[in-house]
Amino acid sequence: MTATTETQADLSAEIAKIEADAEGQTQEGKPSRQPLLDYPPYRSSILRHPTKDPRHADPETIELWAPCFGHSDVDPLEADLTIAGSNEPIGERITVSGRVLDGEGRPVRNQLVEIWQANSAGRYVHKREQHPAPLDPNFTGVGRCITDAEGRYRFQTIKPGPYPWGNHINAWRPAHIHFSLFGRAFTQRLITQMYFPSDPLFALDPIYQSITSQKDRDALVARYDHDLSVPEYSMGYSWDIVVTGPSRTWTEPEEGDL
Amino acid sequence: MSTIPTQIASGSASATPGQTIGPFFGYALPYEGDADLVPPGSPGSIRLHGWVYDGAGNPIPDALLEIWQTDADGNVPQAEGSLHRDGWTFTGWGRAGTDLHGHYSFSTVLPGAAGEGRVPFFALTVFARGLLDKLQTRIYLPEHPANAGDPLLVSLSEDERATLVATADATGLRFDIHLQGDRETTFLNYG
Ligand SMILES: [Fe+3]
Repeated sequence: MTATTETQADLSAEIAKIEADAEGQTQEGKPSRQPLLDYPPYRSSILRHPTKDPRHADPETIELWAPCFGHSDVDPLEADLTIAGSNEPIGERITVSGRVLDGEGRPVRNQLVEIWQANSAGRYVHKREQHPAPLDPNFTGVGRCITDAEGRYRFQTIKPGPYPWGNHINAWRPAHIHFSLFGRAFTQRLITQMYFPSDPLFALDPIYQSITSQKDRDALVARYDHDLSVPEYSMGYSWDIVVTGPSRTWTEPEEGDL
Repeated sequence: MSTIPTQIASGSASATPGQTIGPFFGYALPYEGDADLVPPGSPGSIRLHGWVYDGAGNPIPDALLEIWQTDADGNVPQAEGSLHRDGWTFTGWGRAGTDLHGHYSFSTVLPGAAGEGRVPFFALTVFARGLLDKLQTRIYLPEHPANAGDPLLVSLSEDERATLVATADATGLRFDIHLQGDRETTFLNYG
């Protein structure tokens, strides 16, 4: 990890300035892209963001369809991240569930959802350099499922811990689960992160703050859902995801669209 | 095809924002056979490969690319099985992480045109640590006669157009991606 000298106070000042500038732009009727790709407080983005605006393209046929996944691709047991080892993983057991919807509120059915996350100590099963928190032999932190007829996904896992990441001195990521989603069209492909309510690290985190409007940031935070909690077993969190982008419409309604 | 797009719907609900793929996807998203849409070396197969670079010209070892394409006859594949490839079913979708040198490689077939006068291309999505949201673009085929009439290609400058057209090499096609810099790849939005 490269040594950094910037403190959290330095970073927080940069974050606040960009957010104020973005508010100004919104008032001028130019909503900023969410998240900003050019966001220097996230140091790794400096050489990895395009400097030109994307060019508009009218989507062609292939771009209006999504790749097809199904039950032959994913074992239902892959939605339970707590059964990878011979014993229970350490940590707070949680159930995470929600719906994947398109921009018109239609369910994205029968589509692949992939997740990955740190263990309860904030450590990933990954070869790259990481802080010396313990690995858990009973937890790999990888899950998959296929959405049901209502566009619903459901994972059984444990709550990930925050982890340090070297962006600046004392930089810690808020606890999160990475989500990879496909929509009804290639244009709707999405990789994002789900966060947990009231995390004290939100204000300090350049990745979360790269989305400059509070309303849009809120869309990445799951809601504690007592009805989803399983008695004597797990805490429930619900989180719906909206994937937008041009898609095809049908001459005939799909089964269940009525 | 049984369902024909009659119009394009973009939707009005607010999109859930994207976030970076981060550095730790390597044990979660890549899987055995992910980049082999067809078995390497099978009849009609080509290699589609290249390098991914940052704005300083350094290779990016932690990028993830996905392609999505028509089959050789121009049909949109709608078969499942990308995650457990049987070697016979063409699903049209593949995923490739870059290696330590920023190199990626797919085994696939040349996409066919989706209709009369349409231009074949690979649709491409790029994710990387340091990249806060996905990027999307197209990989066009070199010297394809229909390229000259493609609305996107003709709207670009010569330099921009060059960033979207693959070059032929001994085993198929090469397509490099520059996230930033003099040869910055032209990325697309469909909004
Ligand atoms: Fe992470």
